[in-house]
Amino acid sequence: MTAQQLEQALDKMAREIVAAAPPNGELAIVGIRRRGESPARRLLPRIAAAGRRVANYGVLDITLYRDDLSTIGPNAVTRGTEIEFDVTDTWLVLVDDVLYTGRSVRAALDALVDLGRPRAIKLAVLVDRGWRELPIQPDFVSLSVKTTAENIVKVKVSEIDGVDGVDLL
Amino acid sequence: MTPDTLERAVWTRKHLITLNELTREEILFILDTAESFKEVSTRSVKKVPALRGRVVVTMFFEDSTRTRLSFELAAQRLSADVIDFAEKMSSTQKGESLIDTARNIEAMGVDIMILRHPASGAPLDLTRAVNCCVVNAGDGQHAHPTQGLLDLFTIRERKGRIDGLNVAIVGDIAHSRVARSDLVGLLKLGAKVWFVGPPTLVPRSFEQLGARVTHDFDAILPEMDVVNMLRIQKERITSNVFPSVREYVKLFGLDRQRLTRCKPDVLIMHPGPVNRGIELAADVADGPQSSILRQVTNGLAVRMAVLFLCQQAAGHPAAAARA
Repeated sequence: MTAQQLEQALDKMAREIVAAAPPNGELAIVGIRRRGESPARRLLPRIAAAGRRVANYGVLDITLYRDDLSTIGPNAVTRGTEIEFDVTDTWLVLVDDVLYTGRSVRAALDALVDLGRPRAIKLAVLVDRGWRELPIQPDFVSLSVKTTAENIVKVKVSEIDGVDGVDLL
Repeated sequence: MTPDTLERAVWTRKHLITLNELTREEILFILDTAESFKEVSTRSVKKVPALRGRVVVTMFFEDSTRTRLSFELAAQRLSADVIDFAEKMSSTQKGESLIDTARNIEAMGVDIMILRHPASGAPLDLTRAVNCCVVNAGDGQHAHPTQGLLDLFTIRERKGRIDGLNVAIVGDIAHSRVARSDLVGLLKLGAKVWFVGPPTLVPRSFEQLGARVTHDFDAILPEMDVVNMLRIQKERITSNVFPSVREYVKLFGLDRQRLTRCKPDVLIMHPGPVNRGIELAADVADGPQSSILRQVTNGLAVRMAVLFLCQQAAGHPAAAARA
């Protein structure tokens, strides 16, 4: 996926979110640290352009909720959750770059319900690469690809990698 | 938060005994990690599952209120099970040694031991006798690393930096583990540190550790960015190393009069408990420059970070090699 295709994918995702969101009630966009942050932030102006105000934006750190904490050891780096609004009763879209086993999303759901009780939690991902280990499915997907366990799906964003794009290695 | 530090540093220590053995990067890594734990205390569910199923024991062989409670609450906010070893009702009264006691407690399946002990070096001894993590909560006159870390955290939070700041630590330096831990941490992060007090409590020999020693508080006061007032321990007031209380208050007590000679944005710290009217006047302790309660709040986040990082490192081969 090129940088331009990534832009178009985000445009399309924003339109789909606006179409699906209930007309009244608070919309919230939450990116999963660290690679969900950038797509989540880039969705904001697009959702606004599609005619919906997003008052609530935040970033969720799931490190402390991971189910593999005891095996990742010192690689567990916490960067903190930054959700300044009350999630209770919001229609909340969780954003991540790649959906794979579903374990990050499981951790994110646990972290979110510790913050409050959203009216609904939806999942938006740029790439669904399959191989789920938990019963979790996305609501908004830009790209679904068949992969093998050896493949690496790399979503690059200019904030971290200097360039935009999606590579399948 | 400084993302650079989080990017580079990897924490591989299963024990925290002093700040001496830590690099500048490791200290900053703890502070940055603590930054992310502050948020936990602001939510409706003030708990994260990071240490779920782990057992933490607090072993305090000296009296303490805030340090013990702070560690216990920190462990509970990480979802650990916390047990408390009460020395006065225990077999140490029957002559059981610290090491034997600790080994027996460890045999029950403990993951982290938090030790406060009147003997300097006791936590280090403990690391050689047990396999679990050991966190020093204050040993003799030696070190109080989590107090040092929370002081650094509070200074950085209020001042935005530590590098280049002038910090005075005032009081009974000779007997203070807080002064030693503060000194080590502050020097590593680039501050200048003055030890201030009467010659009997602040010997010149501290200059060998990198501190500047002065017995004239008023002379340095206008230059200080941070003034940390240590508690005068009552038991020392009657000993002959101590001047009269009146003389001490006159020369080294921080009252409103002396505060007017400080920089307007000076940060006043105290590790607690405060002797109001001795080292700190009540209106200064409660004034806008004071960070005393902030230090207590931050202590919780710092201790959560320490418990989390040591436990994470415990299962790691590099930590085993280092221990």
